[in-house]
Amino acid sequence: MSERARNVGGVTEPDLDGRRSDHEVDDHDIVIKEGPRGWRRTVLEVVRRPVAVASLLILVVVVVMAIFGQWLTPYGINEVNISRRLEGPSAQHWFGTDELGRDILTRVIASASVSVRVSVIAVAIALVVGVSLGLFAGFFGGWLDSVIMRSQDVMFAFPEILLALAIVAILGPGVTTATIAIGIVYIQVFARVTRASALSVRTETYVRASKSLGAGPLRQMFSHVLPNISAPIIVQTSLSLAFAVLSEAGLSFLGLGVQPPEPSWGRMLFDSRAFFQDAWWLSVFPGLAVFVTVLACNLLGDVLRDVLDVRGAATTRGGGVR
Amino acid sequence: MRYVLNRVLQSVVVLFGVTVVVFLIVQLVPGDPIRIGMGTRFDPEVYEALRRASGLDRPPLEQYLSYVGRALTGDLGVSFRSGQPVSHLIVARLPATVSLAVVGIVIALLVSFPLGILSAVRNGSVLDSVVRAASQLGVSLPNFWLGMLLILLFSSTLGWLPPSGYTPLTEDPVEWLRRVIMPGITVGVVAGSILTRYVRSSVLETLSMDHVRTARSKGLPGRIILLRHVVRNALVPVITVTGTQIAAILGGVIVVEVVFAWPGLGLLVYDAVRARDFPLLQGAVLLIAVVFLIVNLLVDLLYAKVDPRIELGGGDG
Repeated sequence: MSERARNVGGVTEPDLDGRRSDHEVDDHDIVIKEGPRGWRRTVLEVVRRPVAVASLLILVVVVVMAIFGQWLTPYGINEVNISRRLEGPSAQHWFGTDELGRDILTRVIASASVSVRVSVIAVAIALVVGVSLGLFAGFFGGWLDSVIMRSQDVMFAFPEILLALAIVAILGPGVTTATIAIGIVYIQVFARVTRASALSVRTETYVRASKSLGAGPLRQMFSHVLPNISAPIIVQTSLSLAFAVLSEAGLSFLGLGVQPPEPSWGRMLFDSRAFFQDAWWLSVFPGLAVFVTVLACNLLGDVLRDVLDVRGAATTRGGGVR
Repeated sequence: MRYVLNRVLQSVVVLFGVTVVVFLIVQLVPGDPIRIGMGTRFDPEVYEALRRASGLDRPPLEQYLSYVGRALTGDLGVSFRSGQPVSHLIVARLPATVSLAVVGIVIALLVSFPLGILSAVRNGSVLDSVVRAASQLGVSLPNFWLGMLLILLFSSTLGWLPPSGYTPLTEDPVEWLRRVIMPGITVGVVAGSILTRYVRSSVLETLSMDHVRTARSKGLPGRIILLRHVVRNALVPVITVTGTQIAAILGGVIVVEVVFAWPGLGLLVYDAVRARDFPLLQGAVLLIAVVFLIVNLLVDLLYAKVDPRIELGGGDG
């Protein structure tokens, strides 16, 4: 490795040869000594904060509900019992029953599944596409940057919910459409954050060093630029999960996301519109589930931003679909 | 001046992109948009008429050019559902949405500026903690849920306010106010929470700057320092965020209008999506995006005027 480094360096810039080899060694040391410890330190710092621990606990509960929900629920998800319709919270039905006598607690637990699924997949879509676009734009600059970022400006010109609604109108309502729509909507956020960070590190010594070692643009981008700009992307991912949960709930509340019989928090609120004024528990509990989940993602994002010392990231409109 | 030109030019480029996206809404629909839009009330004669009127029988490029050409003259096509001109349908809904958006923005500003400044000045105090916690909660609130909770409290339980509906301001100002309060708060709280956080951090940052320390060491009274040296400077970056919040409000209005049966543009968009009335959807989307572009352009130009450093930075905005 260092043989090759010396050779490559020697051919192009003999003067820098020695120094570059030193950097090689330095970088290597950093990777070995600081890399894992850096992550461990970050995790430790996050875990030391009560807010972060509480948020993580909430998210763990939500994920457990999402995966094991169907085995945890006291009643069947679509178990109808007309004789007990619209009953308030009681010992048998902690969160009350809905207009068909279904147990609301059961449905709130079962709804975590679709909420987690939609948000995680949507954020993954936004993350992969957005980060790639941002990397290419920030790394190459020039006309490619202009084209990519102007196209993201166009996407930014539509309020999130409007863009999501337009996509739903094109593809028709449903879970898959909602996932795709939310994913597309948040691509521009990741593209912006990634581009800004990539711009700031692309001239760093380690990137130039890898180039002089013969690394192609893709290798430079994904092996050297990306790992060094991961902090703002991680923060953005946490905050975007919050927006995604909100957006899924929003679309389902409009009756355009999750379709019956699959339960979802937003859909429960949609279905409760005719009855909730006389039966407060219909709207309070599903909404509370959305609120607490979103709050946990947001708080965790804030802690991560603090710990990872990211400034200026997460410049979304803070909107989500609401 | 160069910055202004650059910025305007950039907006025009984005506007071009926006028209392409809006145009694509119909083109990307799998299947025949008119047939889908007409649903069960299919009638071959009406179908043919709509097809000709919407120009969907012509090549895409020609359709696009004619769509933009007609849009420039205010002709946004004909609704698949009602057969009425889209522009008429939109104009009829504008007063309701504008009044709701304005009330929302006013509430957001009235909440965020005093609280944000106070919270920053008393950094670390109990008040600061309360404001920070409240804004964090506000940011995470789903606005449709907040709307439902307000209805539960003020209509169902207390019976103070009507749960939904709209009265034009010109018809009966008192009734208008009674009906706009809840949706206005719903729209304003989320935007206000986000703004509060920005105002707070911006004021905090300004408080630690050299010129503030100089003013202090000159012995200027605290209130004058706060107003003349801190708030004025701190508000400059907040202007941009306010612009984006106005956009968030334009989006937020859609869901809130559905909750409160507020007959504005948002409800129109919602009905258009559910009925898959594409020309109507396109018109409304185009209008909202253009309004957003104009607001952001004005905000950026205002920003450049207030902060002369922008001019030096060139057009890289």
